Amino acid sequence: MKPFTTHTGIVATLNRANVDTDAIIPKQFLKSIKRTGYGPNAFFDWRYTLDGNPNPDFELNQQRFKDRSILVARNNFGCGSSREHAVWALVQDGYQVIIAPGKDMGEKSLPAFADIFRINAAKNGLLVVELSEDQVDEIFGFVERHSGLKATIDLVQQQIVLQVDPPQVFEFEVEPAIKEQLLKGLDDIAQTLRYETDIARFEENHDPLGP
Amino acid sequence: MGKTLFEKIWNKHRIKDLPDGSTLLYIDRHLVHEVTSPQAFEGIRLAGYTVRSPHLAVATMDHNVPTTEDRFSIEDPVSRSQVEALRKNCADFGIKLFDIGDDHQGIVHVIGPETGITLPGLTIVCGDSHTSTHGAFGALAFGIGTSEVEHVLVTQTLVQRKPSTIKVEFNGRLGPHIFSKDMVLKMIGIIGTAGGSGSVLEYCGEAVSALSMEARMTMCNMSIEGGARAGMIAPDDTTFSYISSRKRPYAPKGEALDRALAYWRTLPSDADAVFDRSITIDAARIAPQITWGTNPGMVIDIDQPIPEPGFAENYSRSDVENALAYMGLKPGTKMTDVPVDVVFIGSCTNSRIEDLRQAAAILKGRKKAEHVQLLVVPGSHQVRLQAEAEGLDKIFMAAGAQWRYAGCSMCLAMNPDQLQPQQRAASTSNRNFEGRQGKDGRTHLVSPEMAAAAAVNGKFVDIRQWKETS
Ligand code: SF4
Repeated sequence: MKPFTTHTGIVATLNRANVDTDAIIPKQFLKSIKRTGYGPNAFFDWRYTLDGNPNPDFELNQQRFKDRSILVARNNFGCGSSREHAVWALVQDGYQVIIAPGKDMGEKSLPAFADIFRINAAKNGLLVVELSEDQVDEIFGFVERHSGLKATIDLVQQQIVLQVDPPQVFEFEVEPAIKEQLLKGLDDIAQTLRYETDIARFEENHDPLGP
Repeated sequence: MGKTLFEKIWNKHRIKDLPDGSTLLYIDRHLVHEVTSPQAFEGIRLAGYTVRSPHLAVATMDHNVPTTEDRFSIEDPVSRSQVEALRKNCADFGIKLFDIGDDHQGIVHVIGPETGITLPGLTIVCGDSHTSTHGAFGALAFGIGTSEVEHVLVTQTLVQRKPSTIKVEFNGRLGPHIFSKDMVLKMIGIIGTAGGSGSVLEYCGEAVSALSMEARMTMCNMSIEGGARAGMIAPDDTTFSYISSRKRPYAPKGEALDRALAYWRTLPSDADAVFDRSITIDAARIAPQITWGTNPGMVIDIDQPIPEPGFAENYSRSDVENALAYMGLKPGTKMTDVPVDVVFIGSCTNSRIEDLRQAAAILKGRKKAEHVQLLVVPGSHQVRLQAEAEGLDKIFMAAGAQWRYAGCSMCLAMNPDQLQPQQRAASTSNRNFEGRQGKDGRTHLVSPEMAAAAAVNGKFVDIRQWKETS
């Protein structure tokens, strides 16, 4: 996996909550036994009309988002099926960062990304960033007012900088384990195999049907 | 302080707590299917890894397989290559495969429990989000992505962050014609599709204890639709008698079973165990549930009108507007006035023998409405054989249904069973996402009785006061 430290790119917005992985990559593309070739089919049902042409009504098809690599969406992004194909499709379609808001529900806030999607993203070098609803609203506003808006995402500093005048800075949290994995581009199977002796010792004593 | 069912299993499988705060967790059982595994096996070959414990994995094909008589010859070359890849991968790495035509082939979440592979106290994973189904036995079971499938194959472990726990208590007893499908849909309607994020749900209470194993599986199955990693139910005598049934080739028997039983009885959450959160639902007041929108949280009681944009709990105005535009429905409409084109009885949520019996009880001596296409797809070949032994297939066919072979079928329409654009379905499956059952198809999730009655009437009905009107 390629390490991720900073990334600068054009920001695109998708004003939808609960974008599920069926929408990100519909099932007909899950028949492939390969890990590549999913990019052009990301958001397929929204992206193309029935005759296969780009759907002019789909937000991400706008000319100003042509070279985007940062996606801002609404809460609970990547819910539904565990298919990692959804992450492969996004990465292969050129996205390197996805930003979404957590949802404030009084005593508890709901995360911006579904659990399995978040894990799958980390394993493929796709950075997912959770901001507050207000911050995401602000970014939507900036994107609307500034065609071709660029942002720099700095994982080391945990900062997003929108390139407007004056620059707008948003700080974000990231799990230490995921930060390290992305920064170093670690292969997690190789990481786990460092614990081979622990695993072997565990297996010797483990009785799945007993205490 | 006491421990929850989840904590007991988590602690037992904890190999090591890692410096970054995550845990290296041992995995007891790995279920494999054709869609999410080929890239994992490819990764193993490329890196020169081996499969650490092939005997702890078992595979079947379910998503891609046709469900008609001629299911052995898969016409779609891409689907066929995926099925062939699984055959080759299982043969090369020594993994047990329930192939098409095998007596135990079927939907992975139906055959695990049925064969006795799924047992209390185990950690069970599968590259499939509905792995939560197996939690019905008091196992910790959750879905993983393909990179994690590869990780489990190579190391028999996963690196996991400890989830929080939510206790979901259903007090009281269900009314007539109300099922665990309605209970779990009701819960998702309350907590929303992300309400269980980062959490494991433990279902308990009088109404849960009263459920059969199959009904419990339906409930745990849809935990993921509430955003949870897993759903669990404490094992009890209902669980134990299901497992001890002689039909389960992989379940422990004799002395091994006695030993296991003694252990399993220690698993339920202690009386003083503390959950991170809890919610309580009055089971007696649950009405038949039906989804009106494009995710399972967009759900109402069958006798309520479709909400106005801006008035649906957990959803913004534009969420509701988008959903209703897609579904071709208007706010204020009663679902009992809405006609259906297709009725699908199947999927890992509701395709077990009890589900088919419930549907058959409604369809017995009746006929589906003329314009309706009715599909009954058993979850496994064993379920199919059992249904035929009970004569349910005859009831279905006399009612005008197509009686199929086991597979995922129209649950996700990756095989030839699909909705046509704008067709409206009553479905016993678990997801009503846009395009899930076919491009531009419109799905309404209901229980098997509600689905069967909709097939007869040609439109949705309130099963509590159901009279045939066709
Ligand atoms: S029946 Fe549906 S939900 Fe269940 S495993 Fe198959 S495709 Fe997934």
